[in-house]
Amino acid sequence: MSSKSLKYLTGPLSGNNPVIVQILGICSALAVTVQLKPAIVMGLSVMAVTAFSNLVMSLLRNGVPARIRIIVQLVVIAALVILVDQVLKAFVYDVSKQLSVYVGLIITNCIVMGRVEAFALGNKPWASFLDGIGNGLGYALILVIIAFFRELLGSGCLLGFRLIPESWYINEGGFYSNCGIMLFPPMALILVGCIIWAHRSFNKDLQEK
Amino acid sequence: MKALRNIVDKLKPTFSKGGKLSFLESTFDGFETFLFVPNKTTQSGAHVRDCIDMKRTMIVVVLALLPALLFGCYNTGSQVGLEGWTAFFYGLVRILPMIATTYIVGLGIEFTAAQLRGHAINEGFLVSGLLIPLIMPVSTPLWMVALGTAFAVIFGKEVFGGTGMNVFNPAILARAFVFFAYTPQMSGEKVWYSDWTMMGAQVDGVSGATALEQLATNGSMQWSALDAFLGFIPGSFGETSTLAILIGAAVLLFTGIASWKTMVSVFVGGAAMAYLCDLCGVGAIGAQDVAPYMHLLVGGFAFGAVFMATDPVTSAQTSTGKYIVGFMTGAIAIMIREINPAYPEGMMLSILFMNALAPLVDYFVVEANIRRRKNRVKLVK
Repeated sequence: MSSKSLKYLTGPLSGNNPVIVQILGICSALAVTVQLKPAIVMGLSVMAVTAFSNLVMSLLRNGVPARIRIIVQLVVIAALVILVDQVLKAFVYDVSKQLSVYVGLIITNCIVMGRVEAFALGNKPWASFLDGIGNGLGYALILVIIAFFRELLGSGCLLGFRLIPESWYINEGGFYSNCGIMLFPPMALILVGCIIWAHRSFNKDLQEK
Repeated sequence: MKALRNIVDKLKPTFSKGGKLSFLESTFDGFETFLFVPNKTTQSGAHVRDCIDMKRTMIVVVLALLPALLFGCYNTGSQVGLEGWTAFFYGLVRILPMIATTYIVGLGIEFTAAQLRGHAINEGFLVSGLLIPLIMPVSTPLWMVALGTAFAVIFGKEVFGGTGMNVFNPAILARAFVFFAYTPQMSGEKVWYSDWTMMGAQVDGVSGATALEQLATNGSMQWSALDAFLGFIPGSFGETSTLAILIGAAVLLFTGIASWKTMVSVFVGGAAMAYLCDLCGVGAIGAQDVAPYMHLLVGGFAFGAVFMATDPVTSAQTSTGKYIVGFMTGAIAIMIREINPAYPEGMMLSILFMNALAPLVDYFVVEANIRRRKNRVKLVK
């Protein structure tokens, strides 16, 4: 893989991250991150949709008139989302239940259409595919970080495994208690803020004047 | 005094620019101005000449809080079966760790933040740090208090730019955080009574709902209205005695620190909403049967009205705005109490809500004033 292709893949992980730099796809980042497992599945689903919608739209880019491109994009993205939804229902039914409407709502995720508009319509299929994978990964990365803290502090587990022993809890005679506010979406927004804060203090060129 | 001044002067070069410990300049400055009146004067521009500065303001508020604090000490002891001075000392010993926690955590963060930014250290937290223990239930674990304080100072204050820039009242934000993060520990029947066995306190099996919770569920409480006014009821540390709070209010109003416009309109708004709900028969089960004036006596209503809603930073800045924000604060607090059966105390949420809306109210008040004056000019023409 050439260094240019590699850049499509790694750029969206940090310096051009869709969530914390472009501020796209915030709503689903708040909605599905109560636990780690749905967050990972959601990240993978969005990655699949961005990658393949980028690929398809890049292949079609010279044949679609500019006037009707949005509706064509929507058809492609909607088809992919339905596909992803069916796959999830078939193989990870319980997670699909947990994610409920948010799988269907990938179609409204700004990252998907944003990448198609901004990248796939002007670039070759392979580059567009990698860009889609990269942006999906960048999105999934932030989701996993948020869900890690929310599940650990909010329910004392990770991926369903109990990390904080039962005997520590106040009800069992200990001193600890889960931080219930972590289960609410507002705290996820504050966590996104903290991630942006930490990220910008390391990347000074991203700081707004 | 002179000796202390000499010591401070001797230490000053070490902490000033170029000195060995110059990275601690803000901390040193904070302590110096705490001990002595600063000798800095404004070089240019017109400004009000007055002997009041932020330190004096904050100290007056701390003084105004003392009656509620001292009564809270006595009440904490008397709720677990103690009498007289024993009750008072029991409560004092009970509250001191909480006060120490908020000050250590809060001031620690404030000092670090000021140091990192090279700002002077402000005294705003002296009041917030005393308010936080006063609005917490007696048996709140200390680490929860510490976490709430840290959250309030970092996310309520420092990210907005420090003292005077905050949108929300830090003390009420700390309580809101702890309440929503640790709801099972912050509500229920045990947390309102102290759980320390010392000085012969009867803590085993002592539990019960607060006056407000009893009113919300049954429509009556086991105490009389006079008990509620004097404060011999369980509740958060400083909120129980309306009388002690009113003494504090008198201090604040006499010295002109708090705005009487806000304070009075909170009570007026609360009373108006309570009587309105009573007239229309609106209210959750239980809350319907409560005499309207009881709402002003129980729970955190009076404490919030006197010490929280009048916060000069987060309340409205314009005169008309103060009336509106105060009235809405009181009215919304009672509305939450009447209509929401799950959550009997509405003062915390209504203050936070009106904190968020205060700038908007100010904006419209200013716009209205501009429009009025423009119209006046047109009439003259």
